[in-house]
Amino acid sequence: MRKLLSGNEAIARGAWEYGVAVASAYPGTPSTEILEEFARYPNVYAEWATNEKVALDVAIGAAYAGRRAMSTMKHVGLNVAADAFFYASMTGIEGGLLVVSADDPAMHSSQNEQDNRNFGKFARVPVVEPVDSQEAKDLVGAALDISEQFDTPVMLRITTRIAHSSTPVELGERREGPPPLPTYPRKFEKYVMLPVNARKRHPVIEERIRKLTVFAETFPFNRVEWGDRSLGIITCGVAYQYAKEVFPTASILKLGMTYPIPPQMVREFVGQVERAIVLEELDPFVENEVKLLGIWLEGKSIFSGIGEMDPRTVREQAIAAGLLPESARKTYIVPDVGSLPGRPPVLCPGCPHRGFYVITRKLKLPINGDIGCYTLGALPPLNSTDTCGCMGASIGVAHGADKAGSPERNVAVLGDSTFFHTGMPALLNVAYNNGKTITVVLDNRVTAMTGHQDNPGTGRTLQGQESKQIEFEPLLRALGMDHVETVNAFDLKEVERALREAVKRDTASALVVRGECALLPEARKRYVPLRVDQERCNGCGLCFRVGCPAIVKQADGKAFIDPLLCTGCEVCAQVCGRKAILFRAQLHEPSDV
Amino acid sequence: MMKTIDFIVVGVGGQGTLLASDVIAQVGLGAGLEAKKSEVHGMAQRGGSVISHVRWGEKVYSPLIGKGEADFLLAFEKLEALRHVDWLKPGGVALVNDQAIPPVAVSSGGAEYPSDERFLAAFRAVTDRVYLIPSLKVAQEVGSARVNNVVMLGALSALLDVDEAVWRAAIEERVPPKFVEMNLRAFERGRTLVK
Repeated sequence: MRKLLSGNEAIARGAWEYGVAVASAYPGTPSTEILEEFARYPNVYAEWATNEKVALDVAIGAAYAGRRAMSTMKHVGLNVAADAFFYASMTGIEGGLLVVSADDPAMHSSQNEQDNRNFGKFARVPVVEPVDSQEAKDLVGAALDISEQFDTPVMLRITTRIAHSSTPVELGERREGPPPLPTYPRKFEKYVMLPVNARKRHPVIEERIRKLTVFAETFPFNRVEWGDRSLGIITCGVAYQYAKEVFPTASILKLGMTYPIPPQMVREFVGQVERAIVLEELDPFVENEVKLLGIWLEGKSIFSGIGEMDPRTVREQAIAAGLLPESARKTYIVPDVGSLPGRPPVLCPGCPHRGFYVITRKLKLPINGDIGCYTLGALPPLNSTDTCGCMGASIGVAHGADKAGSPERNVAVLGDSTFFHTGMPALLNVAYNNGKTITVVLDNRVTAMTGHQDNPGTGRTLQGQESKQIEFEPLLRALGMDHVETVNAFDLKEVERALREAVKRDTASALVVRGECALLPEARKRYVPLRVDQERCNGCGLCFRVGCPAIVKQADGKAFIDPLLCTGCEVCAQVCGRKAILFRAQLHEPSDV
Repeated sequence: MMKTIDFIVVGVGGQGTLLASDVIAQVGLGAGLEAKKSEVHGMAQRGGSVISHVRWGEKVYSPLIGKGEADFLLAFEKLEALRHVDWLKPGGVALVNDQAIPPVAVSSGGAEYPSDERFLAAFRAVTDRVYLIPSLKVAQEVGSARVNNVVMLGALSALLDVDEAVWRAAIEERVPPKFVEMNLRAFERGRTLVK
């Protein structure tokens, strides 16, 4: 049966078909749907881990126990999981281990656009790259076979345009993977990475890569498609599709394994074409590997290493480099549309984060932010985040600023899931080192930005089982916070009082600002759109500055609330100095929506 | 090179652009062609500007369409249509829902929503095949603003040489069972809006 599947759906399908028994991940765009999809298949175990490092350790443990295992993550997730990635390369495994790295060229949802093929080489882990969803599925099977044959983790590296493009896939049946080993492996020299053993393992993994280099020569996903021999293109991943589109007659060497590359195949290919180039997104990874063979060719001198490629940019860069004639240029009309108002992602109407930022803006507190929906508080009109680097950075950065003697009182702001991810060790560090950072957990009861995943605070697992629901107050106290308070995110007076008290204190404290994500089904049931009393409104504009999409400035300058968008969170009503925005309790007649 | 038919679908997060592009891709397959679809998830969905690419053809390579190379621009909102006018190839077809959703910069009074004159002038520079579709109004008449996207699909279908049954099957497959009937009515109405 042939079906349109996204790359992520195809990887989930492949993991099921090829016998993966255990999968663990932390959500992150563009990787999230892999585990969500995989979790729905029968006879598999899938979980959301608290972070990517934990997720990879879990998959490694399952692979040590003899099962086929998978861990999936966005590119920056592998930074978190790097320690595990490296030791797994050193120890090898028993059952196949697949690490999926979903890179994000153009940074649609990320803080950088690192090319994780470098991690493969760095850790001596083979890297495979699919060109579409069909190959994404097929390579899961091939990668697991390689993993078991060569006793190594294997990285399946995809990018946003593989993850989130849907292309036809032929579906197959489940083949059960190996059962768990009857006893957990007790191989001291292989699995205990004391220096004495690690020193013996290093030559083993170098030899493994040498063997994989030989294997790559006949790996069926590396193939030559002969065409006109005046131009030969070495390509991989989604760039293969651009090569086929823009250079329909050229000869192509498509690499399904980009680390290690097959030296003989590359030499022969380059030797039989007049001009050889490399077409790949982001870093000159394959290009550099080819150059290390002593072969000179061009790649990044023609095609940009920044952002995403598409057929037009590839064509234009090829024309500029003389690879295609001027006549290949298409005609474009770019009308002058003038400057248009932007439409960046915004905090939704009814978002529990909005009121908190209205208060921090008022108190002019320096905010060290973190990764999640609440990062959007950095944008106008709230302008209420001063730093944001990576998952869990907020608390450590705030503590560092305090210890440096920064005269203002630093606040760390992070979400519930991000706190579980990497906030916890940082908070313990504040407590231990007599820090005074004010840590605010914006607890919206879900991992929201990536599309509402469960986490330790929701009381439910990825596969829908009830589980222990972790409470923040006891957790924060256990991590050394003497002053812990929970306030209602929608009660601005309470939020302001609690923050002011925290600032006055000379010691560290933690504040849980709690309010359910407005998009959760339970929250939706409570929507009651508010109304503006047009008599009282004088168009002062204070409510516009809360940045809610439901509040519209009318022609007369007064505010109007769009009943289709408003949830009735009352943040704007609390901000209005003229009491013109009616609270829920003041809406006498029932809503007509 | 083999001919492809390329669609760019744009709108505001939450308007159903992803469902619409799913249906278009499915129809391509249903019509016996190869189809590819590409979109972006995550941050963009939070009320931001969204774009997805769908391509049909005997053989389709790139999942992405080059800017200025789309045969069809299906826009669910006027400002988003204008923002993406440069994706349309000269002489391509623009189908635009005649609806304005002011972004926060506009609703809070900090910027101005572009006028219809500016909108039309920009499109006419690229093509004379611009259809403004009263899709929201029709969707509300059919029963819900939410089937807005399917009214637009109906309009698009009227310009393509694919059996109506293929469209209906793709819609039935993609929408929840209890809304199938309403969606099919929306599709039917949409088909009559474009000649």
